[in-house]
Amino acid sequence: MIPPHIAQLARRERWSRAEIAFWLAWLAVYFLLPKHLMFASQILITGLFALSLDLILGYAGIVTLGHAAFFGLGAYSAGLLTKYGITEPLIGLLLSGVVAGIFGFLTSFLVLRGRDLSRLMITLGIGLLLFELANRLTDITGGVDGLQGIAVGRLLGLFEFDLYGKTAYLYVLLVCFGLFAVARALMLAPYGLSLRSIRDNPQRAIAIGIPIRARLTNIYTFAAVIAGIAGALLTQTTQFVAIDAFGFQRSADLLIMLLVGGTATLYGGFVGAAAFLLAQNWLSSINAEYWLFWLGILLIVATRYLRGGIIGGLARFARRRADAGKNP
Amino acid sequence: MLSFLGLLFDGLAYGTLLFLISVGLSVTLGLMGFINLGHGVFAMAGGYLLVVLMSRAGLPFLAALPLIFCAVAAASLVLERSLYRPLYKSSHLDQVLLTVGIIFVAIAGATYIWGPGQQPVNIPEWLQGQFNLGGVDLSRYRLFLMAVGAAITLGLVFGLERTRFGARVRASVERQRTAAAMGIHVERVFQITFAVGSGLAGLGGALGVDVLSLDPHFPLKYLVYFLLIVVVGGPGSILGTLFAALLLGVADTAGKYYIPETGAFIIYGVMIVLLLVAPHGLMGRKKEI
Repeated sequence: MIPPHIAQLARRERWSRAEIAFWLAWLAVYFLLPKHLMFASQILITGLFALSLDLILGYAGIVTLGHAAFFGLGAYSAGLLTKYGITEPLIGLLLSGVVAGIFGFLTSFLVLRGRDLSRLMITLGIGLLLFELANRLTDITGGVDGLQGIAVGRLLGLFEFDLYGKTAYLYVLLVCFGLFAVARALMLAPYGLSLRSIRDNPQRAIAIGIPIRARLTNIYTFAAVIAGIAGALLTQTTQFVAIDAFGFQRSADLLIMLLVGGTATLYGGFVGAAAFLLAQNWLSSINAEYWLFWLGILLIVATRYLRGGIIGGLARFARRRADAGKNP
Repeated sequence: MLSFLGLLFDGLAYGTLLFLISVGLSVTLGLMGFINLGHGVFAMAGGYLLVVLMSRAGLPFLAALPLIFCAVAAASLVLERSLYRPLYKSSHLDQVLLTVGIIFVAIAGATYIWGPGQQPVNIPEWLQGQFNLGGVDLSRYRLFLMAVGAAITLGLVFGLERTRFGARVRASVERQRTAAAMGIHVERVFQITFAVGSGLAGLGGALGVDVLSLDPHFPLKYLVYFLLIVVVGGPGSILGTLFAALLLGVADTAGKYYIPETGAFIIYGVMIVLLLVAPHGLMGRKKEI
């Protein structure tokens, strides 16, 4: 006889039907929408990037306005690596993640010192600093024109990246799923629970013996690695890096996606990225400035009415239906 | 040496403008702990209002300024009531998202109405040109800016230190709950200071159309400057804000003149270092936000 609380923990770890369906749907996209694979990989990459923000913002409660710094670092590293002869995508991916991770580890000490306001400003400052750097070092980064002439080799020496993005899509999907599975396992483990307790009540977290500083440094670095890998994926699949990889707009957009999708839900990033990019695609085809306006309105409304995002809303809906089923 | 004096003069004038715009933000942060990234929107509104009032309505420069102050202050009250107030008790993240949303709407709106380009403004003739002081050519307009800044600083300090309302503001900043228990209507106090601060930002934006170059991306472009000034000066401290604004104005002007290739590096670098060395601001009280 398994005690009920253990059974409940085991249930939490099991992949639910909705989760399996979610990932199968992405696989189905490959067969059903072969014309839109490039766009679909962009959604996945952005979703992975949003997931990395979810880890530090949603779970650990670290407010940041400069998460694009890691994305940009990964993107430029991946591009520059191919220029220096390392064309194997997986190695490039790994190295880019390491570069972003080292930078994340080093900056984590600056970021984690203060409270919300100083964290906001330091992350903003670091992001802007890197943007300026990429803008000025035109010899290395190409400045505002972006990094061009990236030649990515065959994946594992076997599969070439084709014009329709078929290889790219499967590659992106596999990397995203793999990293998602790792993040999911971490967040369901006691490690993830300790992050939540740091977010919700730091004093009590100290009292029960959670090493706050070490945990936060740790997750900040891990999130930086994932963000860097997301950036590298974008470079490898589009064979181009634009300077807006470092931009403030990217950090702000990311926050919006996560908020729309739902924080601390693991899937919020992917759902939010899909909703955001689809809406952007549709609205900015009408008028680019128009889009910014609606984005602003969305933000203002979301902070008032959109608690928990899409995932939170769906969960509430599911719970209500379950309750209705129990007492008809 | 002479060019240094000229530079100092320009820097101080620039700092004065930054002070006018950021002092309201400092009070908002100090009083309510509300992270208002959208403060630059009020300054931009002031700038565009000046352009419209002078070119379309044909108002003279000096007559337009008080009108702008009142208009922006009134508009800010509406925003405070409808959007800001419900989020006073919310998380800082919500406040950041709301105010970034306001920035986006403002940028899109300004681009829609006035287009993406810079706006010119005709300052009156008696403010144009230079005058010579001890061998240095100084701009009249910048001297005017500094005079306005000095007058407003004196007015603010007098208002805060010598009037009953000022005492209420200081009490609310110092310890909100005790102030409320003593019968001070903290929300009303905040509302009025918010309106005055926003009005001053509008005034600063109007005076700075030429110096700060007004375009729709204004609130985002100067966001770091405003935040930096407030944090370095210490939220809620007027003289701290003035000191930080003048320092930043001179440093930024000098940096752009002597080492132009570094661009914005200095500002961002200084900001990070200062935040690490003095997380409570140079003159602030030990109140963490």
